[in-house]
Amino acid sequence: MAQDQSRIWVVWLSLLAALLLTIVPIPSAIEIYRPQWLALFLIYWTIALPERISVGHGFLFGLLLDVLTGTTMGENALSLSLITFVAYQAHKRLRISPYFQQALSVLALLFIQKIVSFLVMGITLGMTTATSYWISPFIGTLLWPSIFFTLRKTRRRMRVR
Amino acid sequence: MALIASLVLMVMDFRFQQLQYLRNSLTVALHPLYLIADFPTTAGNWLRDTASTREQLQSSNELLKKENLRLLARVQKFESLQAENTRLRNLLDASLKVDDRFLIAEITSVDLDPYRQQVMINKGSASGVFVGQAVLDADAVMGQVIQVTPLSATVLLISDATHSIPIEIVRTGERSIAIGTGRIDSLELPHLPSQSDIEVGDVLVTSGLGGKFPAGYPVANISSINRDNNSGFAQVSATPTAYLERSRQVLLVWRNDQTTAGN
Repeated sequence: MAQDQSRIWVVWLSLLAALLLTIVPIPSAIEIYRPQWLALFLIYWTIALPERISVGHGFLFGLLLDVLTGTTMGENALSLSLITFVAYQAHKRLRISPYFQQALSVLALLFIQKIVSFLVMGITLGMTTATSYWISPFIGTLLWPSIFFTLRKTRRRMRVR
Repeated sequence: MALIASLVLMVMDFRFQQLQYLRNSLTVALHPLYLIADFPTTAGNWLRDTASTREQLQSSNELLKKENLRLLARVQKFESLQAENTRLRNLLDASLKVDDRFLIAEITSVDLDPYRQQVMINKGSASGVFVGQAVLDADAVMGQVIQVTPLSATVLLISDATHSIPIEIVRTGERSIAIGTGRIDSLELPHLPSQSDIEVGDVLVTSGLGGKFPAGYPVANISSINRDNNSGFAQVSATPTAYLERSRQVLLVWRNDQTTAGN
């Protein structure tokens, strides 16, 4: 990839890593609290490289997530497209907002995915979910600062543009 | 654009089966990810096997020999019973399919969506696995195959909210349908009238109706009955007999008539 000066493959690699983190086995008791890795990573890259990461990335990786975890095809494609769209619209504000405010916006974005999945499951499975279903966005928000700094460090070191 | 595309995808996936091809090819493409995710467990198992001492191996060998002897004794009895059963059925002019063929597969330790009761196994169409095939563990029915790729298959567990299985109550012979609830430890039997003869602890086995599951395998035990409602139907819950959460090895079943058909 020497000729590819933008090193966009770093982004792709990190998104694949997020997919991996989503299916890596953890004890089933804490499985439902697993943070939404892919959404978090996508939010970061949309804010950092808005002219490179588009709704298409959200759609594609959402589709891969659907296939990988066996959900209805398009469920996560829809929610992640929505998330990248909103994050793109707000990326200028998100970049300059204080950490606390930024984390709150991330929480709202993560809830988009949960709400979409909730509706889709309600329609296709006729199933309602327990309160614990809504906890993972908060865990994702708590992890947001560390994800933000890790990915920023990666981006700067690898000079991804 | 992407929003419309995903909505269309969802509707198509839910209403029709045409996306199976796309899903299959993407699953094959993503197979390396599954392998990586499963690697720590596989490596751990390998290490444990390699590092186990001679005494441990000897004692487990001893144990397995005893178990084998016990099972052989039971098989002897079973065989004579089977012969007798076939003879009696011949007298009655009824055919019986015994002797199902099995294949052992292992559940890969990959976490799929926690709100859907699915697991992934390490055998696929290369081993002759097909969609709709029944999956058992050592104790009872676990579910059925819903998707196959050459090297892996996805199994829908009987506890999934979209899964229903035709059953028969052993004690009375009454037939019904057990529907998954989305919780791993519970099934529902919504079609039993409130005055029907059921008790807590009744054993449910597959009835073989519907043609998907072979008849006579244990499915669940009745865990609670509530007759006090006005709908005319009892609210019956049952606990699956199979260790849906803990099983690591599963059996894939070919019924006699499916063995030749293969796929």
